[in-house]
Amino acid sequence: MVDGEKVGAFLARRCALGALVVLFVSALTFFFVNLAPGGPASVMRFDVTAEQREALIRSMGLDRPVPERYVAWLSGAVRGDLGTSLLTDEPVAFRIGERLPNTLVLAGTALAVSLLIGIPMGVIQALRRGGPLDHALSLLSAVGLAVPVFWLGIVLILVFAVSLQVLPSAGVASVGDDSFGDRLAHLVLPAVVLATTILPTVVRFMRSAMLEVLHEDYVRTATSKGLAPRIVVTRHALRNALIPVVSAVGALVPRLLGGTVVTEAVFGWPGMGRLALEAASGRDYPLITGITVIVAMIAVATSVLVDLSYTRLDPRVRLA
Amino acid sequence: MTRLGLAALVALAAVALLVVAGPLLWTIAPETTDPANALLGPGAAHPFGTDELGRDVLSRLLHGGQVTLLVGVAAMLAALLAGVLVGASAGFYGGWTDALLMRLTDAMLAVPAFFLILVVITVVGSSTLTLVLVIGALSWMPVARVAYGETLRWKTAEFVVAAKSLGVSPPRLLVRHILPQAVPSLVVSATLGVAYAILTESAVSYLGLGVQPPTPSWGNMLQRAQRYVFTAPALALYPGAAITLVVLAFNFLGDGLRDALDPRARRHR
Repeated sequence: MVDGEKVGAFLARRCALGALVVLFVSALTFFFVNLAPGGPASVMRFDVTAEQREALIRSMGLDRPVPERYVAWLSGAVRGDLGTSLLTDEPVAFRIGERLPNTLVLAGTALAVSLLIGIPMGVIQALRRGGPLDHALSLLSAVGLAVPVFWLGIVLILVFAVSLQVLPSAGVASVGDDSFGDRLAHLVLPAVVLATTILPTVVRFMRSAMLEVLHEDYVRTATSKGLAPRIVVTRHALRNALIPVVSAVGALVPRLLGGTVVTEAVFGWPGMGRLALEAASGRDYPLITGITVIVAMIAVATSVLVDLSYTRLDPRVRLA
Repeated sequence: MTRLGLAALVALAAVALLVVAGPLLWTIAPETTDPANALLGPGAAHPFGTDELGRDVLSRLLHGGQVTLLVGVAAMLAALLAGVLVGASAGFYGGWTDALLMRLTDAMLAVPAFFLILVVITVVGSSTLTLVLVIGALSWMPVARVAYGETLRWKTAEFVVAAKSLGVSPPRLLVRHILPQAVPSLVVSATLGVAYAILTESAVSYLGLGVQPPTPSWGNMLQRAQRYVFTAPALALYPGAAITLVVLAFNFLGDGLRDALDPRARRHR
C-alpha cells in the first residue's frame, strides 16, 4: 500500500505542475489578447476625439506595458477578481459563477455516461474478439468518432423532441417546473451528445487494455483454479485493465470540456461554453480570458483527481 | 493496405472528384437566392431541394464540400509543419530544447483547445484564413509527439551515426537522413489530422465563427438548418451526413495506412 506521506508529496507535485499549466494558459491568453492586432486598444470607440480616446485608454490602464498589466491582472485573479465584462459591466467572476454549475453538471454527467457505457462495451468487445458483436460495436465506435457532435445533437432533437416528443430539446428546466424529474429530462440529450465526444475513445482503450490483460499469466491461473469466468473477468482482468484506461480518461477531459461549447449551443444550455461563445461574438476580452483560465483550471484539477484514483487502483505505481 | 482502408481511399477520391468536377456540371450558383422557391423538397430543378432563402442545396453541398475539404487539408498542413518543427527539434537537439518544447506540448494538450480557438476569434475576428491558422496552431501536438518519437528512434541508427561521422551538418542530418524515416508515421498522423481539422472547422462554422456566409461550408450550412429542423429536417441531414462520411473515410484511411506502413503498430486487431 501507498503510505500517506508519499501520496501527499505526489499530490503537491501534481498540483504545482498543474498550477504551472494554468499560469501558462493565462499568460498565453492575456498576451495574445493584448498584443494581437485587433486587441482591446483598437476596438475602443472611434466617435471621440484623439484626446478623449487617449484619456479613455489611460483610464482603463491600456497605456501601461502589457507585462505590467498581466502582473496586475494576475494578482487580482488569485484573489478572485478577473476584471469586468465589457458586455454587461458585471464582474467576470460573477458571470462565470452563474454559469459554472450548469457546465459542471453537464460535463460530470457526460463523463459518467461515457464511463458507464464505454467500459462495459469495451469489455464485451474484448471478450467477443473477432466476433460479429465486436465488429458491429467497432463500427459504431468509428462512426461515433466521425460524427460531428452538434449534428448528432440536431438529429437527436429531431428524433426525440420533434418526432417522438418524449424529451425536451432545449434549456435546463421547463418554465414554472423545478422538479428533479424535469431537470433530469432536460439533461438526457445534452449529456448523451457531450459523452459522444469521448465515448468511442474510452471503448477503444478499454477493449485493447482488456485484450492485453486477458493474455496475462494471472488470468490463466485464475481460470485454471476453476474460478467462474465472471469472477475472473471482473475481479482479476477488469481491475488491472482499468489502470491504463483511467489514465487515458484524464487525457480526454480537455476534449470533453471543449465539447461543451458546441453542445451548449445546440441545446441552449446556459453554461460556460455558451458564455464563451457570447464573449467571442461580442469581443468581450476580459470575459473570454477569464473563462479560458477557469476552464484550464477545471481540466488540470480533473487530471490531478484522475491521477489520484490511479494510485488507488494500482498500488505499484511509483509516486516519484 | 486493408480492404477498409482502400475503400476509404476510393470514397475520398470520389468525394474529391464530386466537389471539384460537380460544380462544373451543376452550374447553379450556391449564392443565388430565390425566396419564391424557399424550402422546397427534392425535385427535378433542385434534386436536394432548396434552403430557407431558396438557394440550391445540391450546389451548396458541392461548393461547401470544396471549402470544408480545403480548410481541412490546409489546417492539417499547418499543424504538420508546426508539429514536425517542434517534435523533430526537441528530439534532435535534446537537453533544454527537448525539455522546453515537449513540456510545451504537454501543456497545450492539457488545455481545452476549443476555448483557445474562441480566444483567437474574439480578438482577430472570423475568416476562413484565421480558421485554417488557428486549427493548425492548436492541433500540432499529436504530430509533434510522433515526430519526436521517430527522431529519437532514428537519431542513433547506424546510418545516421555514419553520416554524422562523415561530417554531415546537423540540420542536413535531420532533414535528409532522419526525417525521411519518419514519413510513414507522419502520413498516418496527417491523415487523422485532416479528420480532426474537418470536424473542428464544421463545429466552429456551425457556431457562426468560422467560414462566413454567403460562402457555404458543410458546417455553416447546419447553422441555419437547425432553425428549420421542425419544417425542413432534410436540410440538416445532408451536410452532417457528408461530414460524417468524409471524416469516417479519413479515419479508416489513417488506420489502413498505419497497418500498411507501420507493422509495429499492428496489435490486437
